[in-house]
Amino acid sequence: MDLNKKYTPQTWPDHPEQVTMEGKNKFLGFWLFLGGETVLFASLFATYLALKNKGPSGMEFSTQTLFELPLVFIMTMILLTSSLTSVYAMYHMKNHNFKGMQLWLGITVVLGLAFLALEIYEFNHYVHLGFNYSQSAFSSAFFTLVGTHGIHVVVGLVWIILLIVRNAKRGFSLYNAPKYYTASLYWHFIDVVWVFIFTVVYLMGVVG
Amino acid sequence: MNTTMKEGFNLAMMKGLKKWRLFSLLAALTIFLSGCGEEYLSTLTPAGQVGRDQFNLLLLSTAIMTLVVIVVVIIYVLALVKFRRKKVGENVIPKQVEGSHTLEVIWTVIPILLLIVLAIPTVIYTYKHADVSAMDHVDADGNKTAVTVNVTAKLYWWEFEYPDLGVVTAQELVVPTGEKVYFNLKAADVKHSFWIPAAGGKLDTNVENVNQFYLEFDKESAGLKDGVFYGKCAELCGPSHALMDFKVKTLNRTDFNAWVESAKTTEAVAEGDLATQGEEIFNTSCIACHATSAAGSAGGVGPNLAAFGDRNRVAGFMEHTEENLKNWINDPQSYKPGNLMPQPEQLNNGEKFSDEQLDALAEYLMGLSIEK
Amino acid sequence: MSSIAQKKGFGATLWDYLTTVDHKKIAVMYLIAGGLFFVIGGIEAMLIRIQLAKPDNDFVSAGLFNEIITMHGTTMIFLAAMPILFGFMNAVMPLQIGARDVAFPFLNSLGFWLFLFGGIFLNLSWFMGGAPDAGWTSYASLSLASPGHGIDFYAIGLQIAGAGTYIGGINFLVTIINMRAPGMTYMRMPLMTWTTFVASALILFAFPPLTIGLFFLILDRMFGGNFFDHTMGGNTIIWEHLFWIFGHPEVYILILPAFGIFSEIFAIFARKRLFGYSSMVFATVLIGFLGFMVWAHHMFTVGLGPTANAIFAVATMAIAVPTGMKIFNWLLTIWGGSIKVTVPMLYALAFIPSFVAGGVTGVMQGAAPLDYQLHDSYFIVAHFHYVIVGGVVLAILAALHLYWPLMFNQMLSEKLGKWTFWFFFIGFHMTFFIQHFLGLMGMPRRVFTFGADQGWDLFNLISSVGAFFMAAGVIILVVNIIITAVKNVPVGNDPWEDGRTLEWAIPQPVPFYNFKQTPLVRGLDTFWIEKQEGNKEGMTYAEPLSDIHMPNNSFIPFMMTVGLFIAGFGALYNGEKEWAVPVLVLGLAITVASMAVRSVKDDHGFHIHKEDLMNEKGGK
Repeated sequence: MDLNKKYTPQTWPDHPEQVTMEGKNKFLGFWLFLGGETVLFASLFATYLALKNKGPSGMEFSTQTLFELPLVFIMTMILLTSSLTSVYAMYHMKNHNFKGMQLWLGITVVLGLAFLALEIYEFNHYVHLGFNYSQSAFSSAFFTLVGTHGIHVVVGLVWIILLIVRNAKRGFSLYNAPKYYTASLYWHFIDVVWVFIFTVVYLMGVVG
Repeated sequence: MNTTMKEGFNLAMMKGLKKWRLFSLLAALTIFLSGCGEEYLSTLTPAGQVGRDQFNLLLLSTAIMTLVVIVVVIIYVLALVKFRRKKVGENVIPKQVEGSHTLEVIWTVIPILLLIVLAIPTVIYTYKHADVSAMDHVDADGNKTAVTVNVTAKLYWWEFEYPDLGVVTAQELVVPTGEKVYFNLKAADVKHSFWIPAAGGKLDTNVENVNQFYLEFDKESAGLKDGVFYGKCAELCGPSHALMDFKVKTLNRTDFNAWVESAKTTEAVAEGDLATQGEEIFNTSCIACHATSAAGSAGGVGPNLAAFGDRNRVAGFMEHTEENLKNWINDPQSYKPGNLMPQPEQLNNGEKFSDEQLDALAEYLMGLSIEK
Repeated sequence: MSSIAQKKGFGATLWDYLTTVDHKKIAVMYLIAGGLFFVIGGIEAMLIRIQLAKPDNDFVSAGLFNEIITMHGTTMIFLAAMPILFGFMNAVMPLQIGARDVAFPFLNSLGFWLFLFGGIFLNLSWFMGGAPDAGWTSYASLSLASPGHGIDFYAIGLQIAGAGTYIGGINFLVTIINMRAPGMTYMRMPLMTWTTFVASALILFAFPPLTIGLFFLILDRMFGGNFFDHTMGGNTIIWEHLFWIFGHPEVYILILPAFGIFSEIFAIFARKRLFGYSSMVFATVLIGFLGFMVWAHHMFTVGLGPTANAIFAVATMAIAVPTGMKIFNWLLTIWGGSIKVTVPMLYALAFIPSFVAGGVTGVMQGAAPLDYQLHDSYFIVAHFHYVIVGGVVLAILAALHLYWPLMFNQMLSEKLGKWTFWFFFIGFHMTFFIQHFLGLMGMPRRVFTFGADQGWDLFNLISSVGAFFMAAGVIILVVNIIITAVKNVPVGNDPWEDGRTLEWAIPQPVPFYNFKQTPLVRGLDTFWIEKQEGNKEGMTYAEPLSDIHMPNNSFIPFMMTVGLFIAGFGALYNGEKEWAVPVLVLGLAITVASMAVRSVKDDHGFHIHKEDLMNEKGGK
């Protein structure tokens, strides 16, 4: 099978990401990888819950005094929207609309960058309050959990940008369709993890 | 342990014991195993109820497991003897059997039954040995009825505090016989594990929380080889983990009360010129870390030395001689690498202690006693 | 393109191996590297037994002893047993399911290099200020207190090596799910493939907790974290949980492939179909599943409370049931068979009583109150060596003889093999059986020395003598390998004559593209079926001869790994040396740049054309 064969919307398969053997493998392998990632984050969440609000005696910081929901709520909305835009992108890939896909992925990237900017602002704010990485077990666990998610966002953004740039002039092929697909899968995963962070760290921190 | 649980256990034991094979195995095992090891140190010669429960569990599980091993070995040897290629012929193609549901059921169900026999006492003992509710019982006068010891494990030595009695000691645990003795276990630096093999299983001393359990001691330790039971650190804690031993002295209740009284009242006295000289050196170089009175509470930087003369070992593991004591004081690092006692140079104006100083110190320390 | 090995210069061969993505060559590299680490770990074991041969010995110092035991455990588990098993999985599994290669040849190569460089990184600690000394479990309070960089080498080295294992696990899973030959249904997969499958699934879910635990350790020691510092609110028990949530499945990651190897051997050398195949598969999956439910039985004495201890005790005992099923299925496989005692079969036969002994002591330790006595005593040392040596190492030695002709088209000497076996087997029982009693007699584990007259002197001496027998066995094995390699007598396929599964049907030496035409699998033990029906061609094929698509070699995996290796040193010396951060950044930059090259440069592989394939006789 010629991987660089040009398709038309009529000949373009329904699941372009799973036509080739490589595509099938990538699809399954990536799902499995996300399974492992889930355990990874589960370990981080468990640790965070064990160390929540724990620190040297007389520590002034706690989830109640620290977190401000409005900011985090905006971040959540931005990331959720970016997940939706990446769904649009995949929709266009299915319909063999390359420009549409690139555009929606571009919007996804912009939203991702906005999220990242707000997260950096948030971290910076905490550090200025004195709640830095070494301040307590709580601070270590918080920054490590949320920061690991942040690093995932960075990786996802770099990945999507590379894909957009690399394929800008080439259009669809069965070679790059699985790459786009797994990248969007990754982006969804990041979004789902954030929903858990928002609930477990922030909501339960402020309310519970 | 409440009675229904006890009955449940007995029932389970009976079930197992119905088979005469199991019973004879048990008998043979007991004899064989108790021949192993030293009375003051071996888990096979339990010195109290906790250890005895655990030993019984060992016997029961060993018997069941030996049964399993025997069955496997019989089938195995028969198969090997009967079905060698030499015997069945070079060119024979055996029948390609797929499996057998009957057999599958048999070797699933029987192990499950055997495991249930083992699981019941396991669960009962797990709860029994963790039950420390009687720890806080008080008599009519409001005094605690049971002896509680706060054990603090420190880099390569053990501190034993009797919070209700106002006594603290180190390296040698003194406990009454014939009653439950409760322990609060904690580590001061890194994780250790508190283990008196003859009396019962171990429990870790963690850095962040206190663990509680109890042990029982049947008989007085005076008749043992060194007059003490041996205790060990069972969790790797650094270079000298292997040397982090302690000893346990068990006394009957009357003797124990007398010991407590003596510990509370005995003052460190230096008898004779040499000892007095030693006391002076001690008071300039050693007293910052080592207390010489057993009255007080935990938190010593170094081991409490009030009962040093009564002890069985120098530094927890060396024979209790003046020679060893002097060697130890003058070079603790080479005997117990990684321990926190300062080298003599740090205490004695950059020099080792002289022979005279050592003689005096040894005389003084060996004279410290609360048992005389 | 020719599959027949052409004479190549040393440089070309080296380059070939540095860039190869062929599962068979990667298997050889796993075997060699794992074998080297096995010897290093073995030497460390000998030093331990020499030190403990007599009381109050001063052969090695207290601190050095702790470094040796730590490195012995870590090396044997992570750098010897697992990679060697990975080698066999790589060599055998794709052939067994009739695949061209694994699903991700590129990642296969990356996984190997990560393991190797992780292992080298860890062992460099010996020359750079001292090895880790907190035991292979590296419990947090001690590992935080440990001076020097030993623990840092441990954490970073295992992180690199662990990433390789994780990648390998995903790779095998996808291979088995997606790339089986036509007709190879799940319930026709040989046990070696099944156990590879389940072990890989365990890797997928067990390694992330280790990764997180190691990151915490790295962050605490090098980057100001406070996860385990209780004065800052941290908690050391978190490490214990994370380590054992990984650590217990890890035991099954090792033992399941061993079960797979023995299942193959019993069937081949009893000339009989594996008894109760479907219950064997069921038991394998069940063991894998239960493996995640029992980690806290390593922590009975931590003080988790009676409820947790009781639950984990009963769960632990439950594992005995599927394991027992397996043992009886093996026994019934040889029952009624035609047993030929070759070297692999000898190991398999020795495995049964040895492993049963290790298994039953495991159940004993599962009884929590009894474990309060056994835990961290020499009893546990005896137990896990019975399981790991009596199970895994015997399997590795068996597989070495069994699969040597498949991997190298030569046969190891049966005579020398038997010598190795008897030395090793006798030495093994002599070393470890007696240690059960040492434990019961009150001897704690991980002691660098012991005082005389505690009743332990004689048993320790016997144990040490046994170790020398084992060492002699391994030396004979090395001699055997050298002699065989020098003689180099080709043996062709199916050298054991009773091969049952696909890997024995392939011509020797195995062409780099594996089967010329994908075979059709007509049942369990498909090659056996063809042989019984007198198929002269060897196999029935599922497709006509056509072009074969192959992946290109790549140097990128090596470069990615080198980047991480360099970055490791940067992390290690963070806050101590001024060059640390630049080195960390440089290393990560190399890795990221390599990945970017991989991502931007299309790699479509190449095709071997039908005409070329027809001209090729394909071995023999």
